[in-house]
Amino acid sequence: MKSTLILSTALTGLAFAASAQEVNVVSWGGAYETSQVEAYNKPFTEETGIRVNMIAADNPATPLRAQVEARNVTGDVFDVEVSDAIRLCDEGALMEIDPADLPAAPDGTAAADDFVPGALLDCAVANIVWGTVIAFNTTKFDEGAPATAADFFDLEAFPGQRGLPRNPKRTLYLALIADGVPAEEVYEVLGTDEGVDRAFAKLDTIKSQTVWWEAGAQPVQLLADGEVVMTTAYNGRVFDAMVAENQPFEIIWDGQYMDMDMFVIPKDAPNPEAAMEYLKFATDTQRLADQARYIAYGPARQSSAALVGLYQDGVTEMGPHMPTSPEALANAVMDDPEFWADHAAELTERFNSWLASS
Amino acid sequence: MANAALDPHAAIATTASGLGPALTTADGQPLARALARSQRRARRRAFLLVLPLLAFIVITFVVPIGQMLQRSFYNDGFSANMPQVSAWFAATERGTDPDDAAWTALAQDLVASADARSIGVVGTRVNYDMPGTRSLFTATGRQVRGGLEPPYREALLEINDSWGDPRLWSVMREASTPVTANFYLSAVDRTRDEDGRIQQVAEQQRIYLTLFWRTFWLSAVITGLTFVLGFPIAHLLATLPMRQSNLLMILVLLPFWTSLLVRTTSWMVLLQQQGVVNDILVWMGVIGGGQRLQMIYNQTGTIIAMTHILLPFMILPLYSVMRTINPSYVRAARSLGATSWTAFRRVYFPQTLPGLGAGAMLVFILAVGYYITPALVGGSSGQLISNMIAQHMTGTLNWSLAAALAALLLGAVLVLYWLYDRLVGVDNLKLG
Repeated sequence: MKSTLILSTALTGLAFAASAQEVNVVSWGGAYETSQVEAYNKPFTEETGIRVNMIAADNPATPLRAQVEARNVTGDVFDVEVSDAIRLCDEGALMEIDPADLPAAPDGTAAADDFVPGALLDCAVANIVWGTVIAFNTTKFDEGAPATAADFFDLEAFPGQRGLPRNPKRTLYLALIADGVPAEEVYEVLGTDEGVDRAFAKLDTIKSQTVWWEAGAQPVQLLADGEVVMTTAYNGRVFDAMVAENQPFEIIWDGQYMDMDMFVIPKDAPNPEAAMEYLKFATDTQRLADQARYIAYGPARQSSAALVGLYQDGVTEMGPHMPTSPEALANAVMDDPEFWADHAAELTERFNSWLASS
Repeated sequence: MANAALDPHAAIATTASGLGPALTTADGQPLARALARSQRRARRRAFLLVLPLLAFIVITFVVPIGQMLQRSFYNDGFSANMPQVSAWFAATERGTDPDDAAWTALAQDLVASADARSIGVVGTRVNYDMPGTRSLFTATGRQVRGGLEPPYREALLEINDSWGDPRLWSVMREASTPVTANFYLSAVDRTRDEDGRIQQVAEQQRIYLTLFWRTFWLSAVITGLTFVLGFPIAHLLATLPMRQSNLLMILVLLPFWTSLLVRTTSWMVLLQQQGVVNDILVWMGVIGGGQRLQMIYNQTGTIIAMTHILLPFMILPLYSVMRTINPSYVRAARSLGATSWTAFRRVYFPQTLPGLGAGAMLVFILAVGYYITPALVGGSSGQLISNMIAQHMTGTLNWSLAAALAALLLGAVLVLYWLYDRLVGVDNLKLG
């Protein structure tokens, strides 16, 4: 009796799962997830009838790896950072994606030529370009506002606490930029012991005045509370606070750290065909441009840029808020996933040791 | 039937049967056998009732934790994907210079691993012991995919001369067996040099021992503070009339039922430089506007927030024990001439020890594993070892090191528990 009950429950569950066409997308939650739901998921379901389940994670690479490890993959499409995409691909956890399968631009340019450099990998397709930028509270500086990365480290001219993320990736480069290293030489310098020492020495100058943040929502909150006068933060979050919540914030694009978010499909995805359909649909020119209506992250396709128009409020021009705008690119560092795949562990340990030694 | 001798009912039945005609049940069976059978049935039923919980614990707790801990000493990332060169390492002594056979094995393994797309796993494993080498494997893998021409030594050195580095060969030798102690070495700030000797890592890389020490020290401080703050409250709760004590109890329980995250963020609102406490101090003129106190994003913040969050775990066991203490003992002591301090110290306090033991144990063990609160309010100096474990789980994805750190933490807690049992006795523990 008991066993028939269990058996029948299990069978119903199976039958239910098999009947509905669906795809499970694991992403980062928050305003970013909303933008994906609005720009990708809703039109996708409308067009194909395939249901999209959105699952939020702190970092989707973590559940992806855990699912592959446990040989029980439940997600179909994961939104991960470039370094994780490369790592997982090298470890054989991901399906390879042929750029020829991706939709061409409206003017016929093949996908391989249309995506921005670095946006197409063996197993991954980027959907957005985003930046870590310095943001400051305009009400805190009466005489002259900070304008450069060097100003971030200038406690005399711009007194007050700073906010920085508690990881080496998005702090060491900023210290070097502020110390006068040109953006394109940052990784070269960071690859040497003297360069690392130099970055830590620069960080030492503001260590006593720094609040360390961990989650993307924290820096914006710290800035709004007045706990810090300047902080680095993800540009989309700052934009959201500035435009949607009318906070008196401003962005310094000098020393921006650019990164991409990529879609990947794990090897044993339960619905690989639907996943591939979704991926093609979401990364076409129009959808990527549509996403910029909901959040200030740049589309990973060149052909989308022309289609980027107004924010969803209907008045704010999105162009200047994009991390890919000319002003934003002037002194920007592009993420180097190979460097971090090699050095993340070592630099993280040194960073933690440096933090603890206060 | 070894238990039959211990079973009082069975004993009676046996004795009874020895005295006269064997006693039987109504349906004619010997009483002893019927009793034994019914007891077997009762035991089986009791076991079946526990079975769901047992299965639940084994499936959701013991097995996953065991698997996780296994990672701390077992990592076959290299050995499983580089079989030929692993075999060469097994066949030769440490210190042997790589010969032609070694280079051939390495080249063939690299080609095979690159084709199977497992080269990243291999590189990651070696990178744990020698930072900066992961890309050597993946980049070489990309170049050799589909084949490599002999002579292999020259071909590989042509691609990257790091392949000749003796330290790389030493690290590969370490990685060529799946069972390794290296993750435990890393977890105590140690590493191996070229010849396999254990040494401390460079000073600026040392972190884990400091954090273990800090974790236990802060947990002890927090346990002490919850005792100092919680003891009087528990005493008050236990001695007040029911109506008032219930009201007070609600004040203890309400924060207890509130989400951990909410309580932690409330402390952030209260304690930050532009926060409520600083505002009040400035308003009262205790401190000037420019000297606002830094009470959060450092060790102080971690101690304050964790003490508050863990307070109920001290108060509740103390309260439950204090309620059962008969007040007439203290009155008797007083009537016999003891001062109130002596009466407290020699009569009342010893009776609260089981509750204190339980409370201290709960608070200390919870504090040792705390993660969210230090992550949010700890700043740079208030981080605990669990923050590092979380970082290796989700950030660097070095699960083996995370498992080794966790295993050391678990081991340390078990040792403390054993010490506690030796010194105080676990049977002196009363949770309610």
